[in-house]
Amino acid sequence: MTATLAAAGWRPRKPSVIPGFGLTLGFTLAYLSLIVLIPLAGIVWRSAALGWPRFWAIATDERTLQALKVSFGTALVAALVNVFFGTIVAWVLVRYRFPGRRIIDAMVDLPFALPTAVAGIALTAIYAPNGWIGSLLTPLGVKIAFTPVGIVIALIFIGLPFVVRTVEPLIEEIDAEVEEAAATLGAKRLQTISRVLLPALAPAILTGFALAFARGVGEYGSVIFIAGNIPYVSEIAPLLIVIRLEEFDYAAATAIAAIMLALSFAMLLVINLIQAWSRRRFGHGA
Amino acid sequence: MTLSRKTFLFTAALAASVQFGGLGFAFADTTLLNVSYDPTRELYKDFNAAFAAKWKADTGETVTIRMSHGGSGAQARAVIDGLEADVVTLALEADINAIAEATGKIPVDWRSKLPNNSAPYTSTIVFLVRKGNPKGIKDWDDLIRDDVQVITPNPKTSGGARWNLLAAWGWANEKFGGDEAKVRDYVTQLYRHVPVLDTGARGSTTTFVQRGIGDVLLAWENEAFLALEELGPDQFDIIVPSISIKAEPPVALVDGNVDQKGTRKVAEAYLEYLYSDAGQKIAAKHFYRPANPEAADPEDMKRFPDVKLVTIEDFGGWKEAQPRFFADGGLFDQIYKPGQ
Amino acid sequence: MVLEVSFAHQPAASQPAPITETPVVRIVLISAALAFLAFFLVLPLIVVFVEALRNGFDAYRSALTEPDTVSAIRLTLLVAAIAVPLNLVFGVAAAWAIAKFEFKGKAFLITLIDLPFSVSPVISGLVYVLLFGAGSVLGPWLKSYGIEVLFAVPGIVLATIFVTFPFVARELIPLMQDQGTGDEEAALSLGASGWQTFRLVTLPNIRWGLLYGVLLCNARAMGEFGAVSVVSGHVRGLTNTMPLQVEILYNEYNFAASFAVASLLALLALLTLGLKSILEFRYGDHIAGASKH
Repeated sequence: MTATLAAAGWRPRKPSVIPGFGLTLGFTLAYLSLIVLIPLAGIVWRSAALGWPRFWAIATDERTLQALKVSFGTALVAALVNVFFGTIVAWVLVRYRFPGRRIIDAMVDLPFALPTAVAGIALTAIYAPNGWIGSLLTPLGVKIAFTPVGIVIALIFIGLPFVVRTVEPLIEEIDAEVEEAAATLGAKRLQTISRVLLPALAPAILTGFALAFARGVGEYGSVIFIAGNIPYVSEIAPLLIVIRLEEFDYAAATAIAAIMLALSFAMLLVINLIQAWSRRRFGHGA
Repeated sequence: MTLSRKTFLFTAALAASVQFGGLGFAFADTTLLNVSYDPTRELYKDFNAAFAAKWKADTGETVTIRMSHGGSGAQARAVIDGLEADVVTLALEADINAIAEATGKIPVDWRSKLPNNSAPYTSTIVFLVRKGNPKGIKDWDDLIRDDVQVITPNPKTSGGARWNLLAAWGWANEKFGGDEAKVRDYVTQLYRHVPVLDTGARGSTTTFVQRGIGDVLLAWENEAFLALEELGPDQFDIIVPSISIKAEPPVALVDGNVDQKGTRKVAEAYLEYLYSDAGQKIAAKHFYRPANPEAADPEDMKRFPDVKLVTIEDFGGWKEAQPRFFADGGLFDQIYKPGQ
Repeated sequence: MVLEVSFAHQPAASQPAPITETPVVRIVLISAALAFLAFFLVLPLIVVFVEALRNGFDAYRSALTEPDTVSAIRLTLLVAAIAVPLNLVFGVAAAWAIAKFEFKGKAFLITLIDLPFSVSPVISGLVYVLLFGAGSVLGPWLKSYGIEVLFAVPGIVLATIFVTFPFVARELIPLMQDQGTGDEEAALSLGASGWQTFRLVTLPNIRWGLLYGVLLCNARAMGEFGAVSVVSGHVRGLTNTMPLQVEILYNEYNFAASFAVASLLALLALLTLGLKSILEFRYGDHIAGASKH
């Protein structure tokens, strides 16, 4: 229906200027408000209605703090692992030629497409003490599933494509002559990488890191199966929201949601600032 | 080509919304929604079929019963938020009280509407251990030994877990002659032996049974028997502790919803059928202790061991126990602290 | 420019200038990357299919034809069929406004569009509980007109739209920004109407990026778990989507059936990736700018 409206309204007013600004922007803003902004405002409004002392009490509650710490801590570790291996994967995929490269390149997007719940049960089946890999590690005294390490594993899976896909295009764009120039000037390969290549890739890596981190903080579906969900140890903030809901404690659920919301918004702003900065500095987006 | 694909998508969406309208109508017909907790899945699968057949025979009407299962608290939350349950069959009186208080759709005196405090079947809490009981677990005090890991769900979200905690408390209270400091200490220790705290009873069973975590699962008796049946008696043993608790999962009619939907008659009949001989038989078959043991198959009844049971009344009823143990900042929160 | 290119392509075999790594380093890096991907991507996928077929193919088929599972599949298709086209229209409109015009607060608007990416799915569900729950203003009002939102299909659709909101827009915005406004201006100056310009000039330019966005949007729409779990009510055969059915079967000791449904979703994911690769392979230039997230 909206499309018909749009079609009816799409008439050029001034042939020299591209039409449809008011229409598309209007529709964008209306849809954005309806689906995202108004519902999210509901959270802010509901937690504001709590009053500051009550909100502060929930926010600084030991269990809330611990859950936020678990969420942010595991997401941070997972994002760092992804930065390291994701950059290597991106480098290998762009620079080297080997059999099966194209298939592997396609596989990188799997976490985007695979439902998180499916990832969760699959990872649990692998890393549980009686699972495929878990059963090999248990005799060594290594526990992965049902500990914070399990959460990190799930978040590595979830965040991997964010790093690879932001770094890949930049590696493609690096001109070979930059490296050659460095080499001609006597730089060792390692120096070329650390002084020339990495700085150029830094904004993209940073963006990938921030995206993987932001996504990991909020992840729920894959984590709850593998986490163990022990309060203060392996209980993530989104799970605490669900638990508070199940305890009929809407106030606490809303307050924790509001905190997470503020943090994710801040992170997104940072990401977009990095991108704007790198566009100015390097002439391309990350 | 692109345009025609777009047109196609819109037609699909349109068709979809029409279909959805149809779904909405089907719901308002003679369909009952039973919102229940986790371990009753198998029980109600059987019971619903039996009731539908009986209703058809008695009245000629076809009734479809839809089920929703989850943690007891989560299910109560859904009903409070507007899930249109005709009947609720939950793990805890407290959860139905919460619905009554929050929505007014259930009368405050709902427990007196049906026999046996509205509990057509009861259960108790037992230990499920690995075959041959390698850790030699016999009673509650074995659970806090250094080499024992205990699996139980989170009492804040699971009804079964609350019964678990109260059963442990009941045993310790007897053991320490009512010395509350010692009782608390015992229960605190107990929860330090829990490596995974799932949100629902079924999640805990899966963790213990399928994932091979822990040495003992504190479980509903019916859930323990079901695990034996589903996953093989060659893998697990049931251990009955010296003292347990009489767990009464209650049922209630959601008056506000049945009146609106016009399903009162069939919903009432549904709940009453739980108390009938046939209903009691099905409950016993699924390892629930029937309110009226005479109605059940004696073979089924033989499976239930004699246990010394405390009851919720020993804790002053749910109206007292709920805030004391499980409210925010209550005993469980005090017991379950970080770094201990 | 020409000089540079030819220079860069000169064979460097005579002098092993260190512009690439030694074979040993290469092999180490490739192995590291492959091992990492095998552990984290391939293994989970294999597990899903192995577990699904554990009890043989007949059990697999009967698990998928079980009535509750069938209705979960239908509901999932229905939800995607509503959510994806809506986000498609939005994505095109938003990309048009953002890419073709300059206006104040554009970066802020893009951030807002991105917001659902980083909002926890649980929160996406919670917002609709707060908005349409029995304790809200809107819920009871709609109910008095016989419209159910929460614990019914509309709630699931809304939560899904929220979660998949940015997918199409995010694919199109960089693509259309890269393409600039030259083509459109030329068409308009030749007397084409705005709609004609969009249909005949812009749409062919962006169609592969568009399809790519739709694919990802669809995959996520069908696979969403957290947000839908909060608003669904879990009524069997009525408000259970496929991911929720996976969880239910998993909790009923029905592991093989659970993985069977999961394998359908995994197949969908593989199909999505396959289609996407074909698109990239054939129309690489057109969506080169789009593979950034």
